[in-house]
Amino acid sequence: MANVPADLRYTREHEWARREGTRVRVGITAFAQEQLGDVVFVELPKIGAAATASKPFGVVESVKAVSDLFAPVSGKVVEINAELAQKPETVNADPYGKGWMIVLEPSSAAEWDALLTAAEYETLIAQAGH
Amino acid sequence: METPLKRTPLFDAHVKAGARMVPFGGWEMPVQYTGIIEEHRTVRRAVGLFDVSHMGEFEVEGHRALEVLQRLTTNDVAALAIGQVQYSVFCRPDGGIVDDLTIYRLDAERYMLTVNASNIDKDWAHVTGAAPPGPEARWTNMSETTGLVAVQGPRAEALVGRLADTDVTALGYYRVARGKVAGVPTLISRTGYTGEDGFELYAPAGETPRLWAALLDAGRTDGVVPVGLGARDTLRLEMKYALYGNDIDETTNPLEAGLGWVVKPAKGDFIGREALERIRAAGPARRLVGLEMADRSVARHGYPVVKDGAAIGIVTSGTYGPSVERAIAMAYVATAHAAVGTELGVEIRGQAKAARVVKTPFHPSRVKKG
Repeated sequence: MANVPADLRYTREHEWARREGTRVRVGITAFAQEQLGDVVFVELPKIGAAATASKPFGVVESVKAVSDLFAPVSGKVVEINAELAQKPETVNADPYGKGWMIVLEPSSAAEWDALLTAAEYETLIAQAGH
Repeated sequence: METPLKRTPLFDAHVKAGARMVPFGGWEMPVQYTGIIEEHRTVRRAVGLFDVSHMGEFEVEGHRALEVLQRLTTNDVAALAIGQVQYSVFCRPDGGIVDDLTIYRLDAERYMLTVNASNIDKDWAHVTGAAPPGPEARWTNMSETTGLVAVQGPRAEALVGRLADTDVTALGYYRVARGKVAGVPTLISRTGYTGEDGFELYAPAGETPRLWAALLDAGRTDGVVPVGLGARDTLRLEMKYALYGNDIDETTNPLEAGLGWVVKPAKGDFIGREALERIRAAGPARRLVGLEMADRSVARHGYPVVKDGAAIGIVTSGTYGPSVERAIAMAYVATAHAAVGTELGVEIRGQAKAARVVKTPFHPSRVKKG
């Protein structure tokens, strides 16, 4: 069973979101990196770019496939994980830690509540796994 | 109606080993066991086992077998001594590739053909249609009853040597011998699809699981691992080996695909000869080249290749090459832009990403010499 930290929120597209003060840190889940396999390239937006909830903000490439990254909430990109350009495999090794992707300054507080809880996300991936 | 996926004799072994199974060309096959990059590197460094039992095997026997094969394939089958193997293609009359294959001369008048899994039915119709079964050239489809295990990597010779009852060190590249491996009667072929030294072992389907288990067991000291189709693809791509359905198909001809070395018109008539002679005289309009990407974005099948804003080609295969540690691709490009060193672009998500035509193979071949 994939690791699903209880203190995070999730999207149906397998991104996680962590509240850090007013900001939200974003990455992909352990389940997502397992499904993708070896990550070889992560394309991230520029700092200052606008992200829209449920819309792509970037791309992750594994050896086998390319997938969009979806923003959990709308807002401005205030940080990106530049280290992933050199070490994309960090996404596989530490998806909830050093493998984070962007930090957003949310434009709306309401969108947070629409995200899946850990329990809801666990149910989602239990179904997806079969 | 959806046809159910076929399974190889090793299906249970893959599931038990925790492989991720995926549909591939009508088969349910392992794409990876632990991870594509790790499996790839183990083959380059030590040795890996591949289940390629989905491949098709036909035999043709009789005093007209050679004549029939000469007509069906582009390479010169008459050049094969008993125990020798040859890479070749079947073409359509217009030069389009029906399939690529290897031909084994097993006996004076007996040959085995190994064809791609997804083409077994098409190829069977093609070979028996062009040369109906008869006492002078009897065709047998052995695909269902034959298992195939590839043992690839610098430790392959030590591993197979330990289990074989014949001296495999003496077996040259593209040579085949009969022998028992772990007590299982096999055709031991010094061939592969990785660019490493190694063998492909043809065994009776029912005994293939025993062969597989024995190789895994005896290979523990060599660091052997089972390898899925994911790494099989990255390994072959680093060698610029063509994959049917991706890089070659009925709309491509062997000359533009860089397979001119298996087209031998001097041998006499064969299906596609006239068309290929015409194409060779005029020069192919496009060429299958190797591309290296400037950054790590991956060029994938179907992405356009551009030069100064104009489309001049199309990507046929692309990946991250774990040994070359770069994003690499194969693409058909207009002959004017096919020279090594040419700077091109690959359109990835609406952006032209810098790419350069490079010498291939991308990674040096280490197959057995001679």
